[in-house]
Amino acid sequence: MVNYIWVFMTIIGVVFALINGTMAEVNKAIFDGAKEAVTLCIGLISVLVFWLGIMRIAEESGLLKSLTKLFRPLVKRLFPEVPPNHPAMGYILSNMISNMFGLGNAATPLGIKAMEELQKLNGGINSASRSMVTFLAINTASITIIPTTVIAIRMTYHSASPTEIVVPTIIATIISAAGAIVIDRYFYYRRSRKG
Amino acid sequence: MQLISVISLTFIPLLIGFILLYGTFKQVPTYESFVEGGKEGIKIAVSIIPFLVGMMVSISIFRASGALDALMKWIRPLMNAMGVPAEIVPLLIIRPISGTAALGMTSDLIAVYGPDTFIGRLASVLQGSTDTTFYVLTVYFGAVGIKKMGDALKVGLLADVFGIIVAIIVVAFVFGTK
Repeated sequence: MVNYIWVFMTIIGVVFALINGTMAEVNKAIFDGAKEAVTLCIGLISVLVFWLGIMRIAEESGLLKSLTKLFRPLVKRLFPEVPPNHPAMGYILSNMISNMFGLGNAATPLGIKAMEELQKLNGGINSASRSMVTFLAINTASITIIPTTVIAIRMTYHSASPTEIVVPTIIATIISAAGAIVIDRYFYYRRSRKG
Repeated sequence: MQLISVISLTFIPLLIGFILLYGTFKQVPTYESFVEGGKEGIKIAVSIIPFLVGMMVSISIFRASGALDALMKWIRPLMNAMGVPAEIVPLLIIRPISGTAALGMTSDLIAVYGPDTFIGRLASVLQGSTDTTFYVLTVYFGAVGIKKMGDALKVGLLADVFGIIVAIIVVAFVFGTK
């Protein structure tokens, strides 16, 4: 899908430029856009290196593991079909904690492990189980504590206060995750009423 | 609202201090771990360059040609009626589909309108508080061979719409709409 949107925007732009006579601007935009993107990525290096370095310490000191324990009672209630001591629960928790700290690269493999364990509980059929739908609803709502990349972008463009969006982001993300859980529950009860 | 800014400002330094103290207490070789983890950051930053170049060039063409202005003129009344700035509509469309494309658009919005404007802040919060639903569904269901996603797509997309509304309200409430 992203392929179509990408081609669509470019082609429409070029056609529009033909009609509007804005070809000179478009020519400039091609090279400016590319340059801007590379400059931005170089700006991102500083924050990404620092944050992932700090997070490595949190991981090796067992801090992430302790957080996992802390959240276990809450998460148990979200997945009533998963036995509390099943390995799926551990992977679900680790995936959520990694996501919270902006460790997308660590979160994805853990999420896939969680799905594999949930699939074992699902008895190997090829349609999604209730727990899987809940897990993905929470995942797409993406609970974030530190939006590292966004802070880096705001720094690059000289924000007076790059981190001022941290608390609003946390508030928004918590409300939308709660909303995702409610929506998920609604669809579950609708399904079970239909039988 | 002053309080929220103060918490935002102190949160990261305090968290860093806590992680460093905890690591020292648990006898982690802190500096060496930091360096090892940091190397990963370089890899990530470099690996997203092609994604951002592709998307930002495409948006630049779209905007420089005047096509974006035409689109804005067309949808602005509808969006304004809902309290959504028309400028962020392309971001809203791309957010559930591609994370890196959305990152490109967020950067573009912040670059053009400034990080400390309503649009800049809204783009920041949206980028941080939503995720790439299609990507998550494809990767996770694909990995375990689930063909029937059930309600997952509907739930994910509805949650996205809800998340967008929440982000707009929170940003307007905390910073105002200027």
